[in-house]
Amino acid sequence: MSTQAIIDGNEAAADVAYRLSELCSIYPITPSSTMAELADEWSAHDRTNIFGQVPTVIEMQSEGGAAGAMHGALQGGALSTTFTASQGLLLMIPNMFRIAGELTSTVFHVAARSLATQGLSIFGDHQDVMSVRQTGVCLLSSASVQEAHDMAAVAHASTLRTRLPIVHFFDGFRTSHELNTLTKLTDDELRQLISRELVLEHRSRALSPANPFIRGTAQNPDTYFQSRETANLYYSWAPKVIAAEMDKFAELTGRRYNLVEYHGAPDADRVVVIMGSGIEAVLPVVDRMNAEGARVGVIQVRLYRPFPSEAFLEALPETATGVAVLDRTKEAGASGEPLFLDVTSLLAEAVSSGRRGSLPTTIGGRYGLSSKEFTPAMARAVFDELAAETPRPRFTVGIHDDVTNLSLDYDPGMDFEDPQTLRAVFYGMGSDGTVGANKNTIKILGSEDGTYAQGYFVYDSKKSGSRTVSHLRFGPNPIRAPYLVNRAGFIGCHHWSILERVDILEFARPGTVLLLNSAYGPEDTWAQLPEPLQRRIVELGVKVYVVDAGTVARAAGLGSRTNTILQTCFFAISGVLPREQAIEKIKTAISKTYARKSAEVVRKNHQAVDSALEMLHEMVIPADAWSGHGLLEPVPGDAPKFVRTVTAEMLRGRGDDLPVSALPVDGTYPSGTTKYEKRNISDIVAEWDAEACIQCGNCAFVCPHAVLRAKSYPADAAEGAPEGFLSAPLNAAGLPQTRYTLQVYAEDCTGCGLCVEACPVKPVDQPSRRAINLIPLLERDKEKKAVEFFESIPVNDRSRVDFGTVRGTQFLEPLFEFSGACSGCGETPYLKLLSQLFGDRATIANATGCSSIYGGNLPTTPWAKNALGRGPAWSNSLFEDNAEFGLGMRLAADLHEDLARARLRELRDEIGDDALVDGILDAPQRQGSELTDQMDRVLRLKERIAGLQGPAAEDLRSVADHLVRRSIWIVGGDGWAYDIGSSGVDHVLASGRNVNVLVLDTEVYSNTGGQASKSTPLGAVAKFASGGKQTNKKDLALQATSYGSVYVARVAMGADPQQTLKAFREAEAYDGPSLIIAYSHCIAHGYDIRKGLEQQYKAVNSGHWPLMRYNPVIRDAGGNPFLLDSPRPRLSLRQYQSAELRYKVLKAADPVEADRLIALAQEQVDRKWVEYEDLARKDAHQFAADPRSRA
Amino acid sequence: MTDLTTTYLGLTLRNPVVASAGPLSQTVAGVRSLADGGVGAVVMYSLFEEQLRREAEATAALEDLYDDSHAEALSYFPSIPRSAEDASASYLRLVEEAAGAIDVPLIASLNGASIGGWTKTARRLADAGAAAIELNIYFVPGDISMNGAMVEERHLAILGAVKEAVDIPVAVKMSPYFSSVGNMALRLDASGADGLVLFNRFLQPDIDLDRLSVESGVTLSSPAEARLPRTWISVLRGQVEASLAATTGVDTSDDVIKYILAGADVVMTTSSLIRRGPAYAQVLVEGLAQWLAAKGLTLSRARGLLAVPDEASADAYEREGYVSALEKAKSTYGSLR
Repeated sequence: MSTQAIIDGNEAAADVAYRLSELCSIYPITPSSTMAELADEWSAHDRTNIFGQVPTVIEMQSEGGAAGAMHGALQGGALSTTFTASQGLLLMIPNMFRIAGELTSTVFHVAARSLATQGLSIFGDHQDVMSVRQTGVCLLSSASVQEAHDMAAVAHASTLRTRLPIVHFFDGFRTSHELNTLTKLTDDELRQLISRELVLEHRSRALSPANPFIRGTAQNPDTYFQSRETANLYYSWAPKVIAAEMDKFAELTGRRYNLVEYHGAPDADRVVVIMGSGIEAVLPVVDRMNAEGARVGVIQVRLYRPFPSEAFLEALPETATGVAVLDRTKEAGASGEPLFLDVTSLLAEAVSSGRRGSLPTTIGGRYGLSSKEFTPAMARAVFDELAAETPRPRFTVGIHDDVTNLSLDYDPGMDFEDPQTLRAVFYGMGSDGTVGANKNTIKILGSEDGTYAQGYFVYDSKKSGSRTVSHLRFGPNPIRAPYLVNRAGFIGCHHWSILERVDILEFARPGTVLLLNSAYGPEDTWAQLPEPLQRRIVELGVKVYVVDAGTVARAAGLGSRTNTILQTCFFAISGVLPREQAIEKIKTAISKTYARKSAEVVRKNHQAVDSALEMLHEMVIPADAWSGHGLLEPVPGDAPKFVRTVTAEMLRGRGDDLPVSALPVDGTYPSGTTKYEKRNISDIVAEWDAEACIQCGNCAFVCPHAVLRAKSYPADAAEGAPEGFLSAPLNAAGLPQTRYTLQVYAEDCTGCGLCVEACPVKPVDQPSRRAINLIPLLERDKEKKAVEFFESIPVNDRSRVDFGTVRGTQFLEPLFEFSGACSGCGETPYLKLLSQLFGDRATIANATGCSSIYGGNLPTTPWAKNALGRGPAWSNSLFEDNAEFGLGMRLAADLHEDLARARLRELRDEIGDDALVDGILDAPQRQGSELTDQMDRVLRLKERIAGLQGPAAEDLRSVADHLVRRSIWIVGGDGWAYDIGSSGVDHVLASGRNVNVLVLDTEVYSNTGGQASKSTPLGAVAKFASGGKQTNKKDLALQATSYGSVYVARVAMGADPQQTLKAFREAEAYDGPSLIIAYSHCIAHGYDIRKGLEQQYKAVNSGHWPLMRYNPVIRDAGGNPFLLDSPRPRLSLRQYQSAELRYKVLKAADPVEADRLIALAQEQVDRKWVEYEDLARKDAHQFAADPRSRA
Repeated sequence: MTDLTTTYLGLTLRNPVVASAGPLSQTVAGVRSLADGGVGAVVMYSLFEEQLRREAEATAALEDLYDDSHAEALSYFPSIPRSAEDASASYLRLVEEAAGAIDVPLIASLNGASIGGWTKTARRLADAGAAAIELNIYFVPGDISMNGAMVEERHLAILGAVKEAVDIPVAVKMSPYFSSVGNMALRLDASGADGLVLFNRFLQPDIDLDRLSVESGVTLSSPAEARLPRTWISVLRGQVEASLAATTGVDTSDDVIKYILAGADVVMTTSSLIRRGPAYAQVLVEGLAQWLAAKGLTLSRARGLLAVPDEASADAYEREGYVSALEKAKSTYGSLR
């Protein structure tokens, strides 16, 4: 029997794909990861496919690998599938040609996503799938969650019958992440759809020594061309075959689909053509316009390749005089986007062949790139454009293009939604549980007979303190609205700080009910609201309810977790269900979520539900009492123009309104913009105890957010300091008149507490405190003034700073600051250190992953500049190619350094300052002071050559900066270094070139949500290793040492900051490739991240993470290059692992296996330690020589 | 060799030396080595059920702490199937496996401070093959609002609930800090305790003077600490139906013998077995046997020989010529009845 369910598009597709496959070879990539994760979980839980087998799910090292494994499995006769998106799909292209060329049945399920062009985007459009239309695969599109489920089945059935591989795609996020009510296909229905004979035929085509043949030959000019033509018939048949499978599906399920679907007036004069979820925004417009007397229609294209020409011509009314084809992609430089070109050429041929009487005016438009909203109002604008006297032949809709003026105007106020649908919007913060509770709400309401539900969730780009907006719809009719809620009947604001910054009534309508979580109480809340919000409330007659959810949560023992309380209030106010029934259902949902995990959590949440309503009050709206304060400005008034006019708009949540002209043409953005965005995301911040502090610098060293800055300065510089600016005598001999300040940038502090953990001081009379402590942030203005004053004091002269000690580094200005990384991030302290030591002459190649997201995700970015305008130059190419990308930067730098030196010699006489020229050419550039001197010389040189004429001088001016030693850093996570970029890392390390590879090793794919990498330790639970990782962690360090020419270090800042510092400096100074593998604690490890440094200590002292350095320079000098920097393990591995959820969950789920794996892991650690000790005792000649060395 | 067969909690033990609840019994191999080492019974390490519940709560909170906070990572951990019982499941599995692996009785130890899920867990321990249950009722001295009577009632309630739930014998490991330890022992006895284990050692934290911090170190017991439990055993001998177990301060067989003389049915040790290995149990047993042989005593004769006599049987003591010992005992312990 069919069952109703509320799931998202990813689950809808995966649920079918899994049941119809024997193998899923996968690799995580947003937004498709969930499909692979679900398949892996199902397999781990022994769920069978319709053939009674538990499918194998294998994670590969890249999408290229996944496609390769898939190709092999297909040649082996297995029913195979994969799930991917975006760049991942691009990596599959070579295999797609192969698989299609060999007429192999398989389905690629794609959550369609943007491509990395001027910027990366994880969001949805059709750029990726359009990039594979030339490969010979079929492209089948789904427009909704139900379709993603149903078309998945049609795809699997069709691929067997057509023998053509199929890409089944649906819109990333919009469909992949939308929760909606759907009817699930039963195993029986699937069995009836899939022909057993065809499965056997597929199997019979497999390679077998029992019936050997050769496939994959190399062909020559004599036959390759003809061979390419052999499969033509398969492509001509395919549309009909797939249509027949759709018919069969309709007979079985009652849900009818066609290759091309027409909806609208049979005699329409205007027709829109569209593919994907956008169709659902056009349908209500067509209905309303026709009801109002227009004659319009819309064509939904489901099968895009092979293009169903016949079906399309049949679908398009003869009466159509205007056709607008909408493409959710961009093909720069083409005469039009792909679907548009297919339609125009089809119509032209149809007219010229007499198949069709007249050629309609056909125009092409782009919409919805990177999940840009596509609403009925926009669809309406397209119809209107078709009615214009001369419609624009090419257009865009949904943006404001003021450069090429391609965009259509539309009226955002139009409302085409079903009036019976309740619309609700909730503002929450990441990890406050708002989204989770809303997902529960949808399931609660959607499980009611005759109720349909939809949920879509918008997240901002930060990993800490991020804002979430939940868009929910409920109603008696199926909900087909793939766009954000507007004119919401209910709005919930779950955090006060949100309403201070954004217009939470953006989506309101007259009479909206607003729920505020406010600690001020029903009487005092009004006066605290920003005046624009007050005025909107009065204007729209908004009904406001107030609850102090924080107090209720604390009373129930839930800490700051307010989600169930606010969910209860929603039910109570909105009246979507009778109150008692709603409460009962919330409680059941809580029990269902937590019963198997913790009875205590269930009890506390139930208690919170019961007490929530006692604290819920309706607010009396005063008729005329305004607070007089507006929304907080997102950036200061003196910020650079770009930040004020562009960045600030994005921060206000109005980036959608920015016109094309406001944005850079080539993806180049100003550095260091996080400093303008004072996020104030934490109520508790660090506070410096000037008296107790010993000025060791440990806290500043580990601060992931660069909010602790130290300066020493002459005592008189502190004159006129504002109240709240703290200062102490500098704790250094011989500098009596010098003061020291450790300034906390309170508004940027995330309250992670790593500084407190790192502080070695306990004030004598206050043993529970440190010299730095967390306190509530009360006086924001005072803190602001202190920071301003601090910034007026000059940064310490780098030539006088001791780079060699942790204490010294605190005086180096961080040029990586206030990133949006998770609070307490284990990676960012290393990047900050890099920026302090080398930032003013560093170029950074950053692999895609966490570090590219907190490092380069708009609106604001953390890589910054110093007062001289110098700072790290940063770029991200891809995930897989980062080592090569960085090597290219090195090669360019070397070329230009050579050029600069050559031209400098040539121009010696014109420059007329031999001391300067020789100084530059002979500068050692090792120490900080030497580099500062060189920068000064180069500045002087630039002045000297400013007026020189001729090509040599022009050359020199263009490359003079390369005379300062360029520091090239190649940065990424373990997913990159151990897996997808492994061969590149290896090749670059083998190149002998002077690059520095920094691996921020969290032992898991952190950015995409904790999938196992080859760095994941034995026994650790991760996605794709839910039974505990079954292989040992790769020893990347030892691998690299085998070349003899690579400087290698394994570091863990929390265990030995001094060794970390030493390794960074040695690596950078080494004239050759360097590799630093840095232990990075991570939220994906599952513990209170404040204990991150302690876990680092334990990782090292249990032998899991032995600190080491391998320095080829020492070997050249006749010494043992292998330096073992950590003491012999004094903790058991268990003592290290027992604090981390990634190990504990296995202990809970399968203790026998957990014990087996930990015993093996301990053995491995013991063995490894012996090996390391042996290495540390060897002689120089027992290690490979650096072949580049002349020593 | 002298017959050392002992009855404890109604169970027949091959000798009176018992491995008390401690770290050596955390694995099947550990339990087996204890049994092979020669003890008469093994008490498993304590199942801190409430702590496990708190950990489960913390774990559940951690598991979804970062869920749904970033578009690329809606969760960080795979969903892993597990049962609601898993807080104590591994302990139960250990009991089951260990009980099958040894030929001496295995006594499970439950540690907690409130009624909670004890009864259910106790029943499951019995089902898993525990020969008896030792209740380790442990009040961390934190809740100072409870008065003595409340504390005592709590003990009796817990005992009552567990007794109700299981058919196997139940011993109570007592604290020495009741205002009337003897009276509390009598009340526990009257409430059906099959044994009293004297005493629970609170693992009290120490202070590190250099780091100015509180350290939760664990120390092994020393023979001097045996005096308190020995005193109370000698007092309770003959006064209660329940078996009496001595624990704390056993280092050599002399300490075992002293406890036996004071009236202990069994003598428990962990510290000596940690210090010298599980096989040291045999040394303790042999030491006891040799002493009995040298003195020409049987175990049952020696047991309670130096217990504080019941007033009613004071004559017997005189007849046995132990007056001086009695006098010394009285001067040490005072008149108790």
